[in-house]
Amino acid sequence: MIYLQLLWTFFKIGALTFGGGYAMLPLIQSETLANGWATEEEIINFIAVSESTPGPFAINMATYIGTSQGGVLGAFLSTLGVVLPSFIIILIVARCYEKFKTNRFVAGAMTGLKPAVVGLIGAAVLSVGKTVFVPENFSTAIFKTDIFYMSAILFIAMTVLAFKKVHPIIIICISAVVGIAAGYAFGM
Amino acid sequence: MKDKKKISFRLCMQLFLSFFKIGAFTFGGGYAMIPLIQREMVENKKWISDDDILEIIAIAESTPGPIAINMATFVGTRTAGFFGAFFATLGVVLPSFIVISVIARLLSEFSDIKAVQYAFNGIRAGVLALLLKALFTMYKKVKKNAFSYVILALAFVTTAFFGVNVLLVILCCAVFGIIVSLIAGSKEASR
Repeated sequence: MIYLQLLWTFFKIGALTFGGGYAMLPLIQSETLANGWATEEEIINFIAVSESTPGPFAINMATYIGTSQGGVLGAFLSTLGVVLPSFIIILIVARCYEKFKTNRFVAGAMTGLKPAVVGLIGAAVLSVGKTVFVPENFSTAIFKTDIFYMSAILFIAMTVLAFKKVHPIIIICISAVVGIAAGYAFGM
Repeated sequence: MKDKKKISFRLCMQLFLSFFKIGAFTFGGGYAMIPLIQREMVENKKWISDDDILEIIAIAESTPGPIAINMATFVGTRTAGFFGAFFATLGVVLPSFIVISVIARLLSEFSDIKAVQYAFNGIRAGVLALLLKALFTMYKKVKKNAFSYVILALAFVTTAFFGVNVLLVILCCAVFGIIVSLIAGSKEASR
């Protein structure tokens, strides 16, 4: 049953993601790839879509995968799944915040989880890098010129991000324009 | 009694609308929402205080799930109990849900167009840059001690090179953290 599978998978993802931003990426990546719900390239494309649309990455991702696998009902159940663990846990924690804050087990778990999340994201980024520069499907892209202009985009974007506080959408727009220009210029 | 119910229904609707606005106007997730929550909840509606905001961030970071959902549920339950939490969370989720439902359909229709494929080829390199930047920012926040580095390296190596399940790695690191901090705690107590 795809619907139950979506609900359960995103429930697991919601229950085991700690921290904001891209903390959810490693889990989303491994679970959707394992289920064959999206290719790695589609996930990377969707990160760009998610950065350019409102709302949290987690909800966007759940809705997107849910829609592609099971239409409106699939989207609803995936989103419900990813929201439910936080919702239940916060309802409980909000009532006994003082106890929660000083709990040794919670504090101990967090000392392990915080560095772990960074290591996991590191692994996820490495795998994204491989997909960007060495895609599995050679028919869609990648000749020498592609590697050249992609490195150029990466280099320019990194430089801009290092020195200026620009919105991700600007980086995405610039890379899209360079991608289109390079695609037509070098033609395939 | 009846009056109280009416007020809380109105409060729930206000929570829903406020979080709907926040969900519709933040690009880039949880942390980007904090300034908006501050303006709307602390300054305009006076539902919570500035100290509450700090508390909410601390809680959101040490409980599982997306930061945005944690914050909406927390503010909702603080201001109007269970139904407050329900409507606040619904409000923050709904804009993304609607927008992405539409986009998911469009994406699959447009993905055959050559220009779109070219654009995404370029975009993927840009996304890699954004991810590297996010990774660097998160790395800076990690406590710099031997235990952190060991956990970080283990999590990276096991998932990147040995294909160990991410869920398993997360659970193990949490347990590992608990054990180490309990041992450290008892050492300190015996001193």
